[in-house]
Amino acid sequence: MYRILKKRKLAEKIFLMEVEAPRIAKKCLPGEFLIVRIDREGERVPLTICDYDREKGTVTIVFQVVGASTYRMQFLEEGGCFADVVGPLGRPSELTEKTPEELKKMNILFVAGGVGTAPVYPQVKWLKEQGVSADVVQGSKNKDLVILEDEMRAVCGEHLFITTDDGSYGFHGMVTAKIEDLVKNEGRKYDLCVVIGPMIMMKFAAKLTKELGIPTIASMNPVMVDGTGMCGACRLMVGGQVKFACVDGPEFDAHEIDFDQAMKRSRMYQTEEGRAYLKAQEGDTHHGGCGNCGGEA
Amino acid sequence: MDMMKKVPVREQEPLVRAKNFDEVCLGYNEEEAVAEAQRCLNCKNPRCMQGCPVNIDIPAFISEVKNREFAKAAGVIAQSSALPAVCGRVCPQETQCEGVCVRGVKGEAVAIGKLERFVADWARENNVVAEFKPEKKGQKVAVIGAGPAGLTCAGDLAKLGYDVKIFEALHEAGGVLVYGIPEFRLPKDAVVKAEVENVKKLGVEIETDCIIGKSVSIDELIDEEGYDAVFIGSGAGLPMFMHIPGETASGVFSANEFLTRNNLMKAFRDDYDTPIHCGKKVVVVGGGNVAMDAARTALRLGADVHIVYRRSEKELPARAEEVHHAKEEGIIFDLLQNPVEILVDDNGWVRGCKVIKMELGEPDASGRRRPVEIPGSEYEIECDTLIMALGTSPNPLISSTTKGLDTNRKGCIIADEQYGQTSREGVFAGGDAVSGAATVILAMGAGKAAAKGIDEYLTKKREA
Repeated sequence: MYRILKKRKLAEKIFLMEVEAPRIAKKCLPGEFLIVRIDREGERVPLTICDYDREKGTVTIVFQVVGASTYRMQFLEEGGCFADVVGPLGRPSELTEKTPEELKKMNILFVAGGVGTAPVYPQVKWLKEQGVSADVVQGSKNKDLVILEDEMRAVCGEHLFITTDDGSYGFHGMVTAKIEDLVKNEGRKYDLCVVIGPMIMMKFAAKLTKELGIPTIASMNPVMVDGTGMCGACRLMVGGQVKFACVDGPEFDAHEIDFDQAMKRSRMYQTEEGRAYLKAQEGDTHHGGCGNCGGEA
Repeated sequence: MDMMKKVPVREQEPLVRAKNFDEVCLGYNEEEAVAEAQRCLNCKNPRCMQGCPVNIDIPAFISEVKNREFAKAAGVIAQSSALPAVCGRVCPQETQCEGVCVRGVKGEAVAIGKLERFVADWARENNVVAEFKPEKKGQKVAVIGAGPAGLTCAGDLAKLGYDVKIFEALHEAGGVLVYGIPEFRLPKDAVVKAEVENVKKLGVEIETDCIIGKSVSIDELIDEEGYDAVFIGSGAGLPMFMHIPGETASGVFSANEFLTRNNLMKAFRDDYDTPIHCGKKVVVVGGGNVAMDAARTALRLGADVHIVYRRSEKELPARAEEVHHAKEEGIIFDLLQNPVEILVDDNGWVRGCKVIKMELGEPDASGRRRPVEIPGSEYEIECDTLIMALGTSPNPLISSTTKGLDTNRKGCIIADEQYGQTSREGVFAGGDAVSGAATVILAMGAGKAAAKGIDEYLTKKREA
């Protein structure tokens, strides 16, 4: 069992948890992910590692309530446990393979969308530990959905640019508008862009950075089961080749990813998941109508 | 009673079982088992034993069944096998013990598999556990993977007095026995879990959620955690695809994914969260046991199922019993044809596949006649789910993170056949990780051989 030491609600339906997982905490690097399972009936849910404490033996995860298992996970409290936490999975960010000298010569732009802020944070933090500062554009729908602002500011200071779609906080507009603003109006130059967030946002950010000539990495979080290369559910097309996000990624050259197909695949279980979610929410009061349980609406 | 024929085994009716996940084969009761045991000739030179990869003393256990000494029979099997209830269900007996049975020359072989299953089930239901009280050797062995190879190797080493810990990547022990083989062939709670518990009762510890090569490396196990030897039984987990257009469409699955969702994650049950998608018309590509398992699972989830296989019925690699069961349940076999393209609708979902007809040419390296395309014979099959069951290959996670561990061109770990010794001192390997995808019992045989090799290696180390 893996004990929860800390729980925080970051925004509506978005939660942070610090969990005991000594093996993972000892080895993990930015860019890697883990899989949690709440209990015997739960799904294996892949989540990017958001922070880690090697001494304490803990890892931090951030999740959004989207399906039956994450719906139930939100009710876990400090002192409670996950049945399983396994990892680290995937390949670490390519940045971790570079020397501090190489990194210091680079101008790096991170683009975070919504819950994607969580996996961006450990990369920026890690860079700061190497003495490297990076620019961060952090976008969300509105002010209430801005997460981890203090943490992010602590590792990138005035290099943080918050945007909201409705203009309720920070820059008014999408992340793409802010990227353009930084490059075209402020004349900033970037050698690398790392974009993590909803697929639609990554697609358009990648389209823009291609036009701007900035090499770009995107972190993909498709449907997966085991996370070790066994099921192949997470396969996607990158540069015309089939890749498994779990073992070949999760980070790929964003200019080569077939985002349209990846988005279609990510909707594959929408109906089945919707039904399970409905059942989890309604619990014993579930009266059918989900189309799955045989009950009448 | 006709001594030339096996005592028939009771099964669920095909049309009933096609709608449930309960076990198909109901097994022998005591009377049936004793009657079948009478057919054994108790040969002086038992060929069946040589046909068994783990060398169970088959005539001895059958003699005990004849005498109704079922606990003693279980004791005989326990000397050689840690997983008898599993083997009695999934071994390809027709090509092993039963394949060489003298009874089989003129009539039907003794139903050794069904008898093994009976004895194992009887022992479990009557709480008979074989006791081993070995002297402790004071040396630690790490076993990687809690599948058939790992469980067997671990069980044998524990019986010899070693401290054994199994590291399992998934959240449950059993490997292919829990994620691959379906409930209707191998009940998980009643059979697999019980046999895993028996291995634990021998003193074996199991750490789940630990991925060797990611969570911890083999070198760290040896250098930091103090293991004296390592056995790699990590299986062949990576699914193969055909690399034809449309393969990443929604609704196209590897058999591994489809079966893992259903077996390990129990998607067929309402009380589990994991979803599974199974359409109304399913095509399964492949002709092995995994293809049969995927097809029969889809059938039970309510689909019409076609198996598309590129050779003829004779070459189907699946066990005869599985093919027979699949046909009885209403699965259609489209033989001598092969998909060339997966057809996709506007929403990115599979809507069918284009297949080409094949004919058999000259024998290939495997000795089977090579299937050759018939030009211009393409046609379309409609389907809304397509499952690829083409085989699997070993996961490179371990070989790529272990210094000095040699693999072959296919990514299989190179290990000597007799004892499973790899290119690294103190590191042994066996099962699908070495052979590529094969059977449960061959993996168990390799686990057993490696346990002998490890014992020999550690004995030398102790005495040095």
